[in-house]
Amino acid sequence: MPNQNDEIKKVSIIVSRGSLDGVYPGLILANGARMEGIEASLFFTFFGLDAIVEKRMDKLSIVTVGNAAMRLPWGQKMPTWLGVIPGMASFATWMMKKEMEKLDVPPVREFLQMIKDSGGQIYACKLAMDMFHLKKEDLWEGVDDILTVGDFYQKAAGGIVLFT
Amino acid sequence: MPVKEILGRQIEFDEDGHLKNLNDWNEEIAKELAKEEGIPELTERHWLVINYMRQEYQKVGDAPSIRKLTKESGVDTKELYQLFPKGPAKKAARIAGLPKPKGCI
Repeated sequence: MPNQNDEIKKVSIIVSRGSLDGVYPGLILANGARMEGIEASLFFTFFGLDAIVEKRMDKLSIVTVGNAAMRLPWGQKMPTWLGVIPGMASFATWMMKKEMEKLDVPPVREFLQMIKDSGGQIYACKLAMDMFHLKKEDLWEGVDDILTVGDFYQKAAGGIVLFT
Repeated sequence: MPVKEILGRQIEFDEDGHLKNLNDWNEEIAKELAKEEGIPELTERHWLVINYMRQEYQKVGDAPSIRKLTKESGVDTKELYQLFPKGPAKKAARIAGLPKPKGCI
């Protein structure tokens, strides 16, 4: 058993990528933190914002182009040219969603709601919102606030910050 | 293995602080474990979660995921965290006399 003073009490997780595989690690870490009784918040920035944009959050996909670790369902490395073929990205996305469901990992929207219901906070990055010309109305209703970098550090004070 | 006396019985615990032997568990032990987790009294709602977890464990050999638990037990996520504020998965499993859950979800 770890010493009580060594225990993590709070995490702030930054999600900066908007692909399905870019978003899930942050969600899994945040949910896992709450399950352990650790305070958790998610800060979505740059393309990561897509995960909390109402019209985009259900349509996140896997990137098959330029992904050197991509493998075919039978385990063989996927030739890079194959990733460019139309339909490959949606096929890979479908595959991953299917595998996630088997592991009881919920879709993005349900997962975010779960994290929120467990007491986690969901924040959007002000600068990225401005850059993509997004307004508060464009965001998922569960988003707690839009923060500047300064606000983020204030909220993250005393905890661990993870960048994904 | 750490051994602790609870209600006059010598109870063995594993490295994670969970009961070593499932058979050592009974409702009185659960109440004592709950007190250790800062839950002074186990309500009917706590028992619903505990009993569901034990059932699932007996069926599949691991504690259920939070998602499965909230979908099937009738206790939603918000309530689950109110019932077990220090982390529902691990704490509820410990009170239910089960080993630490193996899953990440």
